[in-house]
Amino acid sequence: MLIVISMVTFGIFFVVPQWAGSTPEALASRYVGRAATPETVHLVAERLGFNDPIVVQYGRFLKGIFVGAEYDYGAGVEQCPAPCLGYSFISGQPVWPDLLDRMPVTFSLAIGAALLWVVFGVSVGVLSALRRGSFFDRLSMGTALAGVSLPIFFTGMVSLVVFSYGLGWTPPGGAWTDLTENPAQWAYNLLLPWITLAFLFAATYARLTRAGMLETMGEDYIRTARAKGLREREVVVKHGLRAALTPILTLFGIDFGLLIGGAILTETTYTLPGLGQFAILAIRNQDLPQVMGVVLFAAGFVVVASFVVDLLYAVVDPRVRLS
Amino acid sequence: MTAPLDVSGSASEAQPEVVLTGAGQAVQGRSLTGIAWMRLRRDKVALTGGITVLLLVLVAVFATPIIALFGHPPLEFHQDMIDSSTLLPKGDFGGMGSEYLLGVEPVNGRDIFSRIVAGAGISLLIGFLATLVSVLIGTVMGVVAGYFGGWVDQVIGRLMDVFLAFPLLVFAIALAGVVPDKGFGLEGNGLRIAMLIFIIGFFSWPSIGRIVRGQTLSLREREFVDAARSLGARNGYILFREILPNLIAPILVYATLLIPANILFEAALSFLGVGINPPTPTWGGMLSEAVRFYTLPHFVIFPGLAIFVTVLAFNLFGDGLRDAFDPRAH
Repeated sequence: MLIVISMVTFGIFFVVPQWAGSTPEALASRYVGRAATPETVHLVAERLGFNDPIVVQYGRFLKGIFVGAEYDYGAGVEQCPAPCLGYSFISGQPVWPDLLDRMPVTFSLAIGAALLWVVFGVSVGVLSALRRGSFFDRLSMGTALAGVSLPIFFTGMVSLVVFSYGLGWTPPGGAWTDLTENPAQWAYNLLLPWITLAFLFAATYARLTRAGMLETMGEDYIRTARAKGLREREVVVKHGLRAALTPILTLFGIDFGLLIGGAILTETTYTLPGLGQFAILAIRNQDLPQVMGVVLFAAGFVVVASFVVDLLYAVVDPRVRLS
Repeated sequence: MTAPLDVSGSASEAQPEVVLTGAGQAVQGRSLTGIAWMRLRRDKVALTGGITVLLLVLVAVFATPIIALFGHPPLEFHQDMIDSSTLLPKGDFGGMGSEYLLGVEPVNGRDIFSRIVAGAGISLLIGFLATLVSVLIGTVMGVVAGYFGGWVDQVIGRLMDVFLAFPLLVFAIALAGVVPDKGFGLEGNGLRIAMLIFIIGFFSWPSIGRIVRGQTLSLREREFVDAARSLGARNGYILFREILPNLIAPILVYATLLIPANILFEAALSFLGVGINPPTPTWGGMLSEAVRFYTLPHFVIFPGLAIFVTVLAFNLFGDGLRDAFDPRAH
């Protein structure tokens, strides 16, 4: 998985531009800036090895990530330690520390929202399934369908207009306090993004949980569980929900991993200084090393999250055993 | 209640659909499509969605005459509608009135109604064509994986897993960001539209691929495939003439559900500024301009509503379609 992602990332940034007609010189000129003379551009293209075969370039790219790289800029050799994702060519700073700086924001956003949406989405889904056809079921499924159809940048904006600028209950967009600095302020600032983001995902999870519960509650073993006199609560939670949870867990792994990699839309809407905003800024500035860094970082998190989910399967699904 | 897949003869069997439409009638043979169509017609919610979709398509197709009749050209500036000191539209509700149905944009005074109507075309075009791309890739991959099985299935299955877990948005943004303004023989927004169709389609095929693979797996074992094979049919014939026709219903259903997802995707990319370039009107792009004008609700609400209504309509219709074709539903 990581290999595929590294290849695709590499492909996007080094191969696709060439298909589209960029020469090695054109690529290099983006690294040195607009005012460069053709000779400098040619020199940089040589130095960065844009004229080498693709495979060689890819090898060098991987080497930078795992063992670090050395850049020879003529004036001296610059060391770039292990997870070397290159240097931003706007600020000249290495990309990796910048990414680490941005991480707490995205992490806070993702974890808070994930907690909300899992608890809320799954419980609404279970209740809807148990009271199928009731008013509650129709109302919540209607809301969920609307939630699925609403883009987050729209709900986010409306929520800001109403709650921050209209009613003044929540802080305006862009407010961010570090958790270690002031936990209450941290939570207060993130409240609106959490709720908006959670609403979007809760809708999907409620729909999925409801469908899964409807299916499992019709299974024979549920009847068996009831027949042996278990309390309804136990039947629903231990037998029904546990089985219905597996596909939800899969989805959660993917969603959470993607979110950590950059809640791009949410962060843009609320102007939160996280990885998503970093990615967008990098793209607007055509800062290729930064873009590439954030893409790889995001992809890495998806892999980590799906690995954790695989481990969690063993907890939820008794048929899966870790060996 | 389970609807019989092939209703034939024997009136003594339980025929739930017949009971509903009126007993007494002679039992008619009905195809799966016939049953689905009948169920769909009874599903008011899905029908509403379907009609809305149809209307939207009509609006998109006849955008030019609609704009000519009710609005002003979407790119035309109307500085007379703008207060030169605040740069906000003159009049109440952002300049809404008979002249400008949904008001005008701040700063340049472009007609919001026309821009929304014009944006429908791009949204739907990308939504449909991107879905077409993913349906094509997904069907080929799914059928091949399901039909041939073995290592082919393994490889394609793995590929689908990888794609499903891809940080899609980030990749799409990155890709949309690095592609130059000119290339592949196209220029400007023509290139951007083609590129968005390709990117969105290319990243969303596995959802269709999975469904098709699953269906092919079960179809492969059916008697009519055995029959065709024992008559000496080649793989190509079996795939195209025996299996593919049976896949049309599920493909249609999931394609309908994929369209709204792709429309949202396009809106998101345009919102982030890596989709269609301004000044060409897109709903996502309009929302991204609205970010700076929180005091103007109409500027935020109309493009947002346009996205919402479109996506919801497709979702409702797709859900209904799925229920109609699903023999286990009801």
